[in-house]
Amino acid sequence: MAIVVVNPGPLTLVEDLGRQGWASLGLSPSGALDRQSLRLANLLVGNPVGAAGLEILLGGLRLRFVTASTVAVTGAEGIVTLNGAEITLNQAIRVAPGSVLDFGVPLFGLRYYLAVQGGIDASKLLGSSSTDMLSGEGPAPLKSGEQLGIGRVSNGSSAGTGAGHLNNVAILPAIRRAPDPGRAITARVDRGPRADWFDHDSWRRLVSQDWTLSPDSNRIGARLVGRPLNQTRREELPSEGMVLGALQVPPSGLPTVFLADHPVTGGYPVIAVVRRADLDLLGQARPGQRIRFLG
Amino acid sequence: MWRLNPSPEVLGSPGAGSHVAGGRILLPCGDSAFLVELPDLNAVVAYYRGLTGAGAAASLSAPSGIIDVVPAARTVLVTFDPGAIRPAEVRYWLESAEPARARVSSGREVIIEVSYGGPDLAETAQFLSMSEAEVVNLHTNSEWTAAFSGFAPGFVYLVTTHERLRVPRRNTPRTAVPAGAVGLAGEFSGVYPRSSPGGWQLIGTTTAALWDASKADPALIRPGDVVRFVEA
Repeated sequence: MAIVVVNPGPLTLVEDLGRQGWASLGLSPSGALDRQSLRLANLLVGNPVGAAGLEILLGGLRLRFVTASTVAVTGAEGIVTLNGAEITLNQAIRVAPGSVLDFGVPLFGLRYYLAVQGGIDASKLLGSSSTDMLSGEGPAPLKSGEQLGIGRVSNGSSAGTGAGHLNNVAILPAIRRAPDPGRAITARVDRGPRADWFDHDSWRRLVSQDWTLSPDSNRIGARLVGRPLNQTRREELPSEGMVLGALQVPPSGLPTVFLADHPVTGGYPVIAVVRRADLDLLGQARPGQRIRFLG
Repeated sequence: MWRLNPSPEVLGSPGAGSHVAGGRILLPCGDSAFLVELPDLNAVVAYYRGLTGAGAAASLSAPSGIIDVVPAARTVLVTFDPGAIRPAEVRYWLESAEPARARVSSGREVIIEVSYGGPDLAETAQFLSMSEAEVVNLHTNSEWTAAFSGFAPGFVYLVTTHERLRVPRRNTPRTAVPAGAVGLAGEFSGVYPRSSPGGWQLIGTTTAALWDASKADPALIRPGDVVRFVEA
């Protein structure tokens, strides 16, 4: 009942749908950045949508399956091979004992999601196995030679059949293609609590220009480069609660969109908030990718 | 404290604009949160206790669909699931909640044993023109209230009813403050849940685990709790 990590790639993490509701204790929600893709991967293998899977940044991961398994790969699109033969993404795949699964660098999107029937068995904090890169809580990033346990989570319809996903066909969400890195990603925004701390032109500048995703981005925040926004109020803002998707604007005028591992409080004004449904796309944005806000 | 208010008709959605209600300002915060601005930290603590019941988990007294109630220095952030509760219902809850000025009987009291004699105790006493024993007496005889979390899971900013222990942060923060260090900074006292850099004046240490990820309830202190320090 195990998978051996032969090579973890640049960064592979255990993620589920996170631990919401603990911000008052200082804990970020964490969880998969592209939640829809993790849900889909889980449904394809007959898991509950919130089972723990792997979030694989930029490919490079090589796994060896000690036991037979059923897996599905979703999210980013690139060449993923099983024993050297390319597999179909967004589909349940049977894996024989001893098989090696290899993830190429994605051609579209940034993060693959791998679900294994039964879920990844990892330690839980407040009901979630998600790794939180800000606090360091949750399982450590995967290391070479590490063995991953496979859990026994089940949605009740798939136990032991290996074909449980067939029962889920009716409720599978539509497959959302990973974003093309050559095209702009569009995300809807609503007004944030401190929109009135910026001059009139700033909102227009926010929603009319193409921003570029900075390579400094991570699971904590998507940093944006573009023509800066202009804050008119100069007083210091006492730290206040920050929501997922908040566009926090430091004195540089260049916003950061807070993602799953964001700090629960912050001291820079929030001009706008990205709609929750559009955050999945930001989790697939590649450094240098253009981002447009619709507000 | 006044801000431009939209007409009441458009207040149904959280994106509609700010609104004054009972001394509180409700600020829009995307499609699934409100940020409530209050006059000062005392008002925050009272309002947070009113919303949640002191120290209890937010879910105990919040309507279903509320996800987080996050107190900070001047604000309380409330996030919700728009699929489970309408923004207008959240707004009504936030507008009608009564601040709980005094500690209510359901509030938790946390006792923390401290070995005083931290590296900054002498300097702190000197700054406050007290003896070290007087600093310790004042720290142990004050009732502290957990105002809000931040900085690291399990770290809680504690405030008391007087300012006689108000000290500045250290000029040069330490690169490593050990877990369990008890410190003072500004109007706050706090205990470091893990080893981390820090600029607080360290007056003692505790062996209590402020954060234990292996527990179902990992935080020793939650916002709204009352905290008392005793000499170990």
